[in-house]
This record gives sequence, C-alpha cells and structure tokens, in this order.
Amino acid sequence: MYEGPVQDLIDELGRLPGIGPKSAQRIAFHLLAAEPADVDRLQETLQKVKEGVVFCEICGNVSEQATCRICQDTRRDPKLVCVVEEPKDVLAVERTREFRGRYHVLGGALDPLSGVGPDQLRIRDLVTRIGTDGVTEVIIATDPNTEGEATATYLVRLLQDFPGLSVTRLASGLPMGGDLEFADELTLGRALSGRRSV
Amino acid sequence: MYVRHLQLTDFRSWQHLDLAFDAGPSVLVGANGQGKTNLVEALGYVSTLGSHRVSGDAPLIRRGTQRAVVRVAVVHAGRELLVELEIAAGRANRARINRGAACRPRDVLGALRTVLFAPEDLVMVRGEPGDRRRFLDDLLVSRTPRYAGVRTDYERVLKQRSALLKSAGAARKSGMNSDDLRTLEVWDGHLARHGADLLAGRLDLVADLAPHVADAYASVAAPSEASDTASQGVDPSGRSADVSYRSSLGSSLPEGFGLTRGTRAGDEQGRKSLESALLAELERVRGQELERGVSLVGPHRDDLDLVLGDAPAKGYASHGESWSLALALRLASYHLLTADGAEPVLILDDVFAELDRRRRARLAELVAGAEQVLVTAAVDEDVPGELSGVRFEVGGGEVQRVA
Ligand SMILES: Nc1ncnc2c1ncn2[C@@H]1O[C@H](COP(=O)(O)OP(=O)(O)O)[C@@H](O)[C@H]1O
Ligand SMILES: [Mg+2]
Ligand SMILES: [Zn+2]
Repeated sequence: MYEGPVQDLIDELGRLPGIGPKSAQRIAFHLLAAEPADVDRLQETLQKVKEGVVFCEICGNVSEQATCRICQDTRRDPKLVCVVEEPKDVLAVERTREFRGRYHVLGGALDPLSGVGPDQLRIRDLVTRIGTDGVTEVIIATDPNTEGEATATYLVRLLQDFPGLSVTRLASGLPMGGDLEFADELTLGRALSGRRSV
Repeated sequence: MYVRHLQLTDFRSWQHLDLAFDAGPSVLVGANGQGKTNLVEALGYVSTLGSHRVSGDAPLIRRGTQRAVVRVAVVHAGRELLVELEIAAGRANRARINRGAACRPRDVLGALRTVLFAPEDLVMVRGEPGDRRRFLDDLLVSRTPRYAGVRTDYERVLKQRSALLKSAGAARKSGMNSDDLRTLEVWDGHLARHGADLLAGRLDLVADLAPHVADAYASVAAPSEASDTASQGVDPSGRSADVSYRSSLGSSLPEGFGLTRGTRAGDEQGRKSLESALLAELERVRGQELERGVSLVGPHRDDLDLVLGDAPAKGYASHGESWSLALALRLASYHLLTADGAEPVLILDDVFAELDRRRRARLAELVAGAEQVLVTAAVDEDVPGELSGVRFEVGGGEVQRVA
C-alpha cells in the first residue's frame, strides 16, 4: 500500500477494464512523473468525454451531437442497417470499408447472468426504426460468442415476420468465442460480404 | 506416441525442471511430497488443458510467481512436435507449437494424448455422476479435440439459461409477465443445439468404449497366469463389466443411440433428432424448471451406468472390484485411443500402492508393452518387475536419472 492519493489513483485505475494491479501501479507512477501539461490534457479530455459526448439518438453510437456523423451522412444507405453490440464494434466494421449502410448499437447482448434482458438493450428502438425508416435489410453483427449468438437468435425471431425485410447474420468464418472487435479486418470484411440469410 | 522431453518453469512445486525420457517404461521414485504427481500432472494438463486434481488453473502456478510454463516434446509416428503452454494468473493462457506464433491453448489439443491412472480414480466408480461425466468428457476431448469447444459452449449456455430460469421463475411467482419468458425460448434453442452435440459425442463414445471396458475388466480380474480366459469376459466370480449411458431424456432418448451396434448419434441426422428430443423435453418440464430455477434436462444431468454382473457397481462392488473397474475404464480409454490411431502415453501415478498383489501383477502385465509408460511410486517395492525400465529419483526439487 502507498500513501493517500497515490494509492487512490492506483485503485481507480485498477477499476478500469483490462488493467490489473501491476499495470495500474505502472500507469500511476508514469502519471506522477509526467509533465504537468500532459496530465492537464488528459484531465481535460476526460472531462470533455463526460460532458461533451452523447449517444446518437438514432443509432446509439457515441457522438458529439444529437445525431452521429454516420446517421447524418446522406451518402450512406438508410435502408441497410448493421446491428452491433457496442460502439467499438461500429469502428471494427468501419475499418473494413465494406459497409455503406447505417448502424444500430444495442448497448450489449442478452446476458441473464448480469441481468441483461431485451428491455435493457435498444431493441424496441430498432423495431421502431425499421417501421418508420423503410429499412429493407438488417445485418446482425453481434459477437460470435454465447451471448452474441443468443441475441442474434432473439433478433431473428423478432424481425422475421416484418414484411419486406431481409435479415442476415454475419457469415461464419469469424473465430468462435471471440469478440467482434478482435476479428481482423480481412476476416470481418469477408464475413460481411458473405453474410447469409437467416 | 511418447514424450521425449519435458521442461517446467514455475509449475506447481517445480521452479525449473528439464527432463529427457525414452520410449518404454520409466519409473519415478521419490518420497511423498517431492513433486512426482506435480510432474505428471503437467503432462496431463497439456493433453486435456485441465488438471486431474483441481478445477481451476491457479494452484498450478508456483506460489509467489505469476505464470507457469510447460514445454513438451512429443514424438508421434516419427515426427517430433514441441508444445508450449503458458498458464498465467489473471490473463488468458497462451500456447505455441514448434516455436510458431502464439495460438489458443485449444489448438494444441491432440498433440499429446495421455491416459492417467491416479489414486483418485476410484471416484469414477464410487463418486457422483459429475465424476463420471468428467471422465467421459475428458476422453471425448482427447479423442476429438473439437469437443473442448462444444463442452465450453454448452456450459456457458447452461449457466446463462439457469440464471434466466431463476429470475424468470421469481418473476412468475410475483405474478409478473416477464420479458425473461420470451427470451427463455431462445436459450432453450441454444441449449438443445449445443446439448445435442455434446450428447451425441458421449453416446458414440460410450458405444465404442463399452466393449473395451468389458475386455479390460475381464483381463484385470482374470487370474494372472491364465490370460486366455480373458477373452471370455468373465471375472473369477463369473461376472462381466458393462457400461451404458444414462440420459436425462430417459425414454425420450431416440432408440438405438449409445449402443455398440446401434445408431450413430454424431452425424447430422443423429444430432438433429437429439436436438428435437431435447427441445420437446424442455417444453415438457418448463413449469417444473421455472418452479425450481434449475435446468433439469441435458447432458449436465446425465450419468454413466457401471454394472458388474447384474448389480450396479456403486454401492455393491467390493473395494477390490471397484478398483478393477476403475482400472478397466482407464485401460479401455487407452485401447480406444490406440484403436483410433494414436497410442496415448500411459501415466500410472502412485496407483500400485492402492492395489493388492494380484491386481498389481495384472496391471503391470497389461501395460508393459505400451509405447511409453511413466510410473511414479514412493518406494521401488511398489513397482512390479515388468515395469523396471529407466529409473529416476525425485527429491530435493530435482530429478536424477539413475539407470
Ligand atoms: N502451486 C504450488 N506452488 C508451490 N508448491 C506447490 C504448489 N502446488 C503444490 N505444491 C507442493 O507440491 C508438493 C506435493 O507434490 P506432489 O507432486 O503431490 O508430491 P508427490 O511426490 O507425493 O506426488 C506439496 O509439498 C505442495 O506443497
Ligand atoms: Mg503423488
Ligand atoms: Zn447515429
């Protein structure tokens, strides 16, 4: 244990995902030794994130304005919607440069162990959006793991009776048990172009 | 196949170990607590990605350190494979084959196959259904590594579904019409799909294993000199060993599955019919499941029935008979994997001390001809003469080859 503020900092950092006690300690001492200007910039950025970043009211992606850049971009096809779990998955799909439609971010996946059911996800919003925006194709790009697969099944069942709507699932080839964000661009791009109808 | 070289770093009590083996029998002798089991446990870990003694990985890492490394050089059909596994505290384990790029531990399954006999083996006969399911699943994964994934997927779906049953059941009791109930169907479907896959694997495994168990039991139970009575499948009291799969589907299990000359369950059609059977059964017990908040149907509720003559082994077999049956299950695993085309390494960890003279002699005769047998014992007297191959002394954190 270190004294006062240093230990507090280590504890705070240790609460972040993917950062163990060792890393937390390393980052804390790095910050202690850093130039005051660098620390100020970090502090400002953190402040801005909390105050300035909102979630797009259409797709749920992180955004600076009420609607995100992708939802505002008229060159992108509003009839084609890719459903993902998290904002980071939007980035993963964007990196492939294969997709010219819009997104819908669920905010997670069905996960009873953590108390997440359909109501905790932005599923109702998706249904409304399909009904009002003339969406003709939904691509389900949830993670290729247990929770992502269950979410995909749920969505397929929910959406299959929409007239004139085609629902597709990212084709296999994605490593099972993984996270969409870790799939490399080539694999993800291929999965996207080879998506199968469900 | 055989292990030509084993290197351990911070695995259990071994800070560092570097050991060359030959094919054929090797005996590791050392006082209790010197790390003999730790050493063979490392080989078992490479072959199943789990320890035969503990369920988590944490105890495998030497106290006070953060990661353990196991390196094994395996020779199979004239080719040598170097398998490296890193077991790390607080992050994902990693693996490498032939010093290539890091891969998932799952990708090294199949590189080393072992059949490990341990003093704990008696639980296969006298323990709980879970002990026998573990025996089956470990063997299934050894035989077909793909099932490692099936097993994990099934367990994950089961956990999620059980959590949902608990909350949905509670909601139902308080008279709420919960969303949970709508998602339950989704989880039912996934449970049935992964469950059918696992169930099919086990049914085919038991179908293939059963004749080997009967033969092996007869061989172990036969008097030492008259090995020709072995083929008749009788023990001195005239009883034979029979294993069969008991499914929680009960009479809803499609007929013919799990039988030696029955229907294969593992093909597309077999899995489909098991999936439908599971789904139908889930629907039938839905009310009960919600009431109790437990998943009542699926391979996690199944068992392997062990029968000697006409009595169940559990509760009826004597201590000696129970041991004969436990040995028979391991020997049968060895014969099955060998028949599949990859003779596994036999590991006999301190088992001779558990056996009477006759069973010791029989076991030694039965394994002496294997491609590689690694035997551990506290004293030389425990090891039958047939197995006196290369001798190693284990003590003081070192292993010395002495002959
Ligand atoms: N993670 C660990 N770190 C350090 N020592 C360990 C660890 N796990 C077990 N040991 C030690 O290993 C010894 C037991 O070794 P074991 O292989 O079971 O002995 P035996 O030679 O009797 O088979 C015990 O002294 C135990 O304290
Ligand atoms: Mg031991
Ligand atoms: Zn948007």
